[in-house]
Amino acid sequence: MNDLYRKEQQIEKEQFQEIVTTLTFPMNHISPYFKLWIGFLLSLIGTAAVMYVRQLRYGLGTTDMRDIASWGLYFSDFVFLIAVSLVGSLITAILRLSNIKWATPLTRISEIIAVTALLSALAIIVVDMGRPDRLWHIFIYGRLQSPIVWDIIVVITYLVISLLLLYLPLIPDIALLQKKMGHKPGWQQRMYKILSLGWQGTKDQFKILNFSLTVLMVLIIPMAFSIHTVTSWLFASTLRPGWDSTIFGPYFVAGAFMVGAASVIVTMYFIRMQYKFEEYITDEHFNMMGKLLVLTSLVYLYFNLNEFMVPAYKMKSGESANIRGLLVGDYALMFWLVQILGMIVPILLMVFKLFRKPKPLLVISVFIVIGAFFKRYLIVTPTLLHPFLPIQNYPASYHHYSPTWSECTIVIGSIAAIALLISLFIKLFPIIPIWETAHEKGISNETINNS
Amino acid sequence: MKNSEKDSSRRKFILNFGSLGISSLLVSPIIIQSCRTNLKEVGSGDKEKLLNSNNELVEVDSAYISTLNKNLAKNHNSESRKGLPGKKFVLVVDLAKCKNARKCMDKCQAVHQLRPEQHHLNVLIMKDNDHTAPYFMPKHCQHCDNPPCVKVCPVDATFKRSDGIVLIDNERCIGCRFCIAACPYSARSFNWYEPRDSEKYKDIPYDIEKNVPQKKGTVTKCTFSADCLREGKLPYCVSSCPNGVYYFGNEYEDSVTNGTSGETVSLKILLSKNAGYRLMEDLGTAPSVYYLPPKDRALMPDIENSNS
Repeated sequence: MNDLYRKEQQIEKEQFQEIVTTLTFPMNHISPYFKLWIGFLLSLIGTAAVMYVRQLRYGLGTTDMRDIASWGLYFSDFVFLIAVSLVGSLITAILRLSNIKWATPLTRISEIIAVTALLSALAIIVVDMGRPDRLWHIFIYGRLQSPIVWDIIVVITYLVISLLLLYLPLIPDIALLQKKMGHKPGWQQRMYKILSLGWQGTKDQFKILNFSLTVLMVLIIPMAFSIHTVTSWLFASTLRPGWDSTIFGPYFVAGAFMVGAASVIVTMYFIRMQYKFEEYITDEHFNMMGKLLVLTSLVYLYFNLNEFMVPAYKMKSGESANIRGLLVGDYALMFWLVQILGMIVPILLMVFKLFRKPKPLLVISVFIVIGAFFKRYLIVTPTLLHPFLPIQNYPASYHHYSPTWSECTIVIGSIAAIALLISLFIKLFPIIPIWETAHEKGISNETINNS
Repeated sequence: MKNSEKDSSRRKFILNFGSLGISSLLVSPIIIQSCRTNLKEVGSGDKEKLLNSNNELVEVDSAYISTLNKNLAKNHNSESRKGLPGKKFVLVVDLAKCKNARKCMDKCQAVHQLRPEQHHLNVLIMKDNDHTAPYFMPKHCQHCDNPPCVKVCPVDATFKRSDGIVLIDNERCIGCRFCIAACPYSARSFNWYEPRDSEKYKDIPYDIEKNVPQKKGTVTKCTFSADCLREGKLPYCVSSCPNGVYYFGNEYEDSVTNGTSGETVSLKILLSKNAGYRLMEDLGTAPSVYYLPPKDRALMPDIENSNS
């Protein structure tokens, strides 16, 4: 009897050992390709930094934004990144609170995407400011009546909750790393020691942890809806045709869930491929994420129908120029490419199981993410180029907006920064939660604590 | 033990010495003040008539008059946020008279140190539909009573004064350009580059009512020439028009003055007789700028053809 128990324990221990070895694999192996990848990202970010210094020196005139199209690529990028960050709440909070277990290995991936996308969004909005040196004015002169101030409040709150949702489930894993990563350099071990907060893995500690996680998951849902709703109000609170819409809040939130789910699929595909996580991120995960993506895309399609069909039917004087520009005018090509390749075709394909396999789903998700970026561009730019009054006595270039190299480089840099932060995170922390995976496989706390 | 005693005695000394210093600082203005009282009793006997800030004429002994440093920019600008008491400024643009002379535009760009592509005031060629004749429409900031731009400013850089003027403080503006996006009249401009002649004006203190010198990375807009109004003059554009297009005045007094002829008329009668209207009334922005319809249009034929 005693023997059998000991044997069972032994098996459990070995099983756990295997989980740890597999999931800490990325932390112990740094391939030359990885270094190349980091170098590539750093060069993109470096170029963006140089361009930004140039912009500081010469003013926003280095962009193609002018008095008519006064917001452009930066602002589109901001809205896009805020949209991407919403996925953290979808995967970690909404799915978990509905007791859906399959998403557990994806929680940390989605949470790190949320945090890094938010940080990048904050950076790009400072880049868009004419006077970044006066950023502190928002805190000393800030007025609650401006949607920008609402946005700052909700984005910072969302960032704090997201950071906590990323960090709290990491604590047991960090405590484990403290034991397992004896061969790592001193600073890294010290970091683990500080961040583990003396975690022992007792029953009480797990109780507190689970309770705090539940509270945070409940809190993050209204915050997630707020950040994108308020971001949509930056447009909807104006009188301009194309922005003056009452459905902008839910329209933006729906679009955000779509692009967020797609970006999780892209990230998890590469992580699985790179680190051979097939056992943890299975084909079934892609299948389920594909289904989730179909659902969110259908909701977004519905809002698109409302947003464009109704004004196009009426052709109100102010709206018609903008709608015409999108449907048949200057922006028609981009508009239809985005709608068809970035939404309609993906929905049709993903209905079939064949296209919810990892590779096809990756391609579809890439199309959705790129489409989503240009969709934000189509929301920002055409409206500004169709003001109520005619554009006269300006240089010819004021009638159009085509982003300069400087703008494109900086926006690419903002995306590269996200990739860099995620890549470094993977090398310092387990990207798939170890203890949660172990719990789901029925491994007891004693085994985890005594390993 | 000994050390700490030493310390405490030193502290005491510093404390005593410090309080002596502070008390002497407090006393000295009183001494200076008493010297001044002596001066007051003397006086010079010469009286001077002055206009105070409440627009009252007062008499002061010339011995008490000292020149104030005009460059007290901070004081001046906090006063500029309030607006002139008892005023509600309105502009009436008679579209029938505009011949596209653009003297107003030139004057405005010169005074406000604007680049040629920056407009506080833009004369547009309008054509309402295919069958009606085109006309010229000078378009200023409408100085709305429900200003969409002021609502959205995150730092209170752009604000509405009690006299109806919407101004912007270029020393506070963070350059987010939300106000440009919010303005349905496209009335605002941004300093995308270093402003025109910035080197020349760099030592001049900022004047919020004139909105100069322009500052890179901030929004600039029509001020209704608030600096002129404070001096009791008509705005730059109004007084530079050769064709009598502009009437400017105070809504509370129901009087507007034509900038060319100097003729003062009743605002109500002018608007009702000529069917005056405001731009995009349906948006609910409640502008302070009125337009009189372009009857008997003064459009020159060559421009009629060249413009679409």
